[in-house]
Amino acid sequence: MTSSRRQFLGTAASTAFASALSLRGLDAFAAEDKIKVVGIYDLSGGLDIYGKPVVDALRFAAEEVNQKGGLLGRQIDFVNYDAQSNMQLYAQFAQQAALKDKATVVMAGITSASREVVRPVLDRFKTLYFYNNQYEGGVCDRNYFAAGVTPAQTVQKLVPHAVKKWGKKVYIVAADYNYGQIVSAWVKKYAAESGGETVAVEFFPLDVTNFGATISKIQAAKPDFVWSALVGGAHMSFYRQWKAANMAGKIPIASTTFAGGNEHIVLSPEECNGILICQNYLQELPGAANQDFVARFHKRYGADYPYITELAMGAYQGFMLWAEGVRRAQSIDRLKVIAALESGIAIDAPSGKVSVDPITHHCTLDVHIAEVRDRKLNLVESFAQQAPSDTAAVCDLRKNPNDAKQYTIKI
Amino acid sequence: MDLAAIFSLEVVGAIATLVLMSIGLAVVFGMMKIINLAHGEFMMLGGYVAILATNRLGISIWISMLVLAPLVVGLFGVLVERLLVRHLYGRMIDTMLATWGLSLALVGLATMVFGNTTVGISSPLTGFAVGSYQTSGYTLFVIAVAVAVLAGLWLLFRFTDLGLCARASMQNAAMAAALGANPGRIYTLTFGLGAALSGLGGAVLAPVTGIIPTIGASYIAKAFITVIGGGSSVITGSLAASSLFGTVSQAVTFAATPVLGEVALLAAAIVLIRLLPQGITGRFFKRSI
Amino acid sequence: MQTPLLPRWGLAAARVLAVAGVLLAPLVTDTFALLAFTVYLVMAMLALSLAFIWGFGGILCFGQAAFFGLGAYAYAIGAINFGPGTGALLLAIAVPAAFAALLGYFMFYGRISDVYLGVITLAVTLILFNLANSTSGPQYRIGQALLGGFNGIPSIPTLTLPGQDAPLEPEGLFRLVGLLLIVAYAGLRWLLRTRFGQVVVAVRENERRAELLGYDARLHKLAVFAIGGAIAGLAGCLYANWGAFVNPGVFGLAQSAQIIIWVIVGGRGTLIGPMIGCVAIQWMVTALGGQQTVDTGLVLGVVLALFVMLIPRGIAPTVAGWFSRTQKAGQP
Repeated sequence: MTSSRRQFLGTAASTAFASALSLRGLDAFAAEDKIKVVGIYDLSGGLDIYGKPVVDALRFAAEEVNQKGGLLGRQIDFVNYDAQSNMQLYAQFAQQAALKDKATVVMAGITSASREVVRPVLDRFKTLYFYNNQYEGGVCDRNYFAAGVTPAQTVQKLVPHAVKKWGKKVYIVAADYNYGQIVSAWVKKYAAESGGETVAVEFFPLDVTNFGATISKIQAAKPDFVWSALVGGAHMSFYRQWKAANMAGKIPIASTTFAGGNEHIVLSPEECNGILICQNYLQELPGAANQDFVARFHKRYGADYPYITELAMGAYQGFMLWAEGVRRAQSIDRLKVIAALESGIAIDAPSGKVSVDPITHHCTLDVHIAEVRDRKLNLVESFAQQAPSDTAAVCDLRKNPNDAKQYTIKI
Repeated sequence: MDLAAIFSLEVVGAIATLVLMSIGLAVVFGMMKIINLAHGEFMMLGGYVAILATNRLGISIWISMLVLAPLVVGLFGVLVERLLVRHLYGRMIDTMLATWGLSLALVGLATMVFGNTTVGISSPLTGFAVGSYQTSGYTLFVIAVAVAVLAGLWLLFRFTDLGLCARASMQNAAMAAALGANPGRIYTLTFGLGAALSGLGGAVLAPVTGIIPTIGASYIAKAFITVIGGGSSVITGSLAASSLFGTVSQAVTFAATPVLGEVALLAAAIVLIRLLPQGITGRFFKRSI
Repeated sequence: MQTPLLPRWGLAAARVLAVAGVLLAPLVTDTFALLAFTVYLVMAMLALSLAFIWGFGGILCFGQAAFFGLGAYAYAIGAINFGPGTGALLLAIAVPAAFAALLGYFMFYGRISDVYLGVITLAVTLILFNLANSTSGPQYRIGQALLGGFNGIPSIPTLTLPGQDAPLEPEGLFRLVGLLLIVAYAGLRWLLRTRFGQVVVAVRENERRAELLGYDARLHKLAVFAIGGAIAGLAGCLYANWGAFVNPGVFGLAQSAQIIIWVIVGGRGTLIGPMIGCVAIQWMVTALGGQQTVDTGLVLGVVLALFVMLIPRGIAPTVAGWFSRTQKAGQP
């Protein structure tokens, strides 16, 4: 049968050749008069609890803009690719968005891992990139805008509050990847600055569900509160096992990641009442602007929509910032939009005022401390207009406009 | 002293968890020499049945977990056997791959139907104190279920007609057929039983981990390794392998981190298979059930 | 004796066509298609390695992703520490090959076979996954390369060929990947025609008989395993070049599963079949990601199950069977 295989070699080669040719031909159909916005988020796989509200919010934002007449008179065409929690697909879809779809802007990535896969691709093929959720800070890249919070904005407010309310000793449990590592370092620093001390830090890869031993260790250490930087669906079992071991309410918990994945809706009230969080956005925020937004969102997606998460709002305000940049630049050309965004743009988002800091390309945002109670987040304290000071310590795009990397902020 | 008691409880709990994770796969492998790689997804289905029945239909959590989940998943297993597995008897690798395809399809289907948020139920039992430490009462329940399952299986195989025919078919199908047993029906029932046990395991473990469509992946690797490590005897093999791996894993978890506990379990499996290539019961306890 | 389907000159023509296709394709296609095909060909090389080990060596390896990942990480660490030259490339081949040799020695000289082999290889790749996943602290580094844990290693420098001073562009990378794939394929075909190759197939068919005839089955299986590991490692290195990143996902269960699916769908027992199966499935997965109606896993799973039940030999042998039947039909 050997010769038939050789025949197939020829067949395969010519097939590859022919399909490569045909792929090029498809490009001809792409030209339309719409502005193409591409999203790349996980709608399946392990990290998908975060992706769906984000894509819903982006679609909502695009529809809102289109209903008001579009951008520069053109309708927006929003398309999302499901990266299935797979980094190879993130890279492929980023290439596709930049080269085949010729997107005007790409909004992509939940975890820092996916962001760092997508960012170099979009840099290389010169496509504007917005990263819209909270992360560890430090990315310095003129082609990149961050619409989410960084530790200096949320952690810095929640740690002193928790130390004052509960006591000095903190036990940290964190997700084992760079975000968890960096947030833990910030918590240690701010705790020390508030006169507290970190009793221990434990890291858990994202798929760990077995927290029994840790819960015993926490009890042995007797901290005043626990700081959780746990992320993802698997880590939710910590809170379940915590309550199952009767620890709920005995040692309080503070977190800046809780609720980002609707944990407060999925878990039962007994499992998470009393947890303090600090986020840029809460669906429960008072004020006409937010109430109106929530009403419109529910009208579009149904009043039983689980919850508009901070990540969803990050995506919405990122989109609106970009749209404002396009309007001010009166063009969708990448460099013109970047210049417009750097000229001092601010919008009034449902989360409060959001303004772009031209030096870091990050945003100054309001942050709110809230308490989880009966599947709602009750506002405790608000802090207006927190600047991205951690990234500002390492990044100056005015001085170095050709910078394109993530700096590790020295803590 | 208290810590030692908690530690022992956690170790026994880890063993019981491994038993519940792998007994469904062990029944099918031990009796039919088939490796059902959709086992993790059967557990996932069991978890979903238990959670949805409790949350949406208001059925008592005990009934959902212990009765409804095994029943539904068992029937599903019978269906799978008739449609898929029946055509591939004797081809171990092919059944492995076909059931792997089934597993991928089930995850995809579950994602489409149930969506991708984690659903869960809280543990229905409260914690209790051992000295100055709190621990989960649910661990005791898991241990109780594991013991009940193993005891029930032993009684089934040892003292019932069905068990006798099943063991006979396992040893020599042709001879069993010649003596009047119906191997086809036995295989269907056995596969259904294995599926039901998987569903039970998934349902009982659901309050601990929560259920997402992809949770099968975290179960299948450990279950597969435990079953092969245990060898061909269903009950003794599962118990022996689970004890070994559970102890190693939990001890290392306590001493270090859960990740190193996982790694220790996998390393122990490698060493075990290298030393005992036919599994534990390939060498010790050879004639047991 | 079977009448060959292609005369001698046909074989040479096929080879020339393949090489020409690889060299000329970048001139007529756009960058996106090139990049997409580059990764498909890289994965085809990975499929080739398992096709060789499993189809011809009879070794069911559930953890081929381990060598793929080791190659990718080895290249990344080498490139960051020593520069992205041929040294890093050779490291990416040597490390997985050495690891495969070690693991192979452990397994084959312990007379492990069949499904037990599968368990050990699966456990190995899961161990590597767990270890790679937990290295995200700043203290985990090899030389200047931070291992990065779950995030992996970003911004890996692209290969620079000897004699050039700029790293490879997408066109150059595509040509390199294509040519290396052809070389690997041709090399394996040649190897299978040598005496060594014949013994390997004999061992797969009946190990005891081969041993009774005086051949050392364990040594041959070890060599096959190491060669397969080396090719998988090369694929890993090229993958790291394509994406400029590597992360623990390369060791994962999902990656291992994918490789096995390619081989089954493409045809176990052939070398070209799994490569075609791989490209077809990769293309399908990418195409499905752009729509939201049907879940990708569902389609992939149904495809796999159907292939195992209805087309157990895979695409290539089945289609080849049709050809040889029509050939025979045309003869008196």
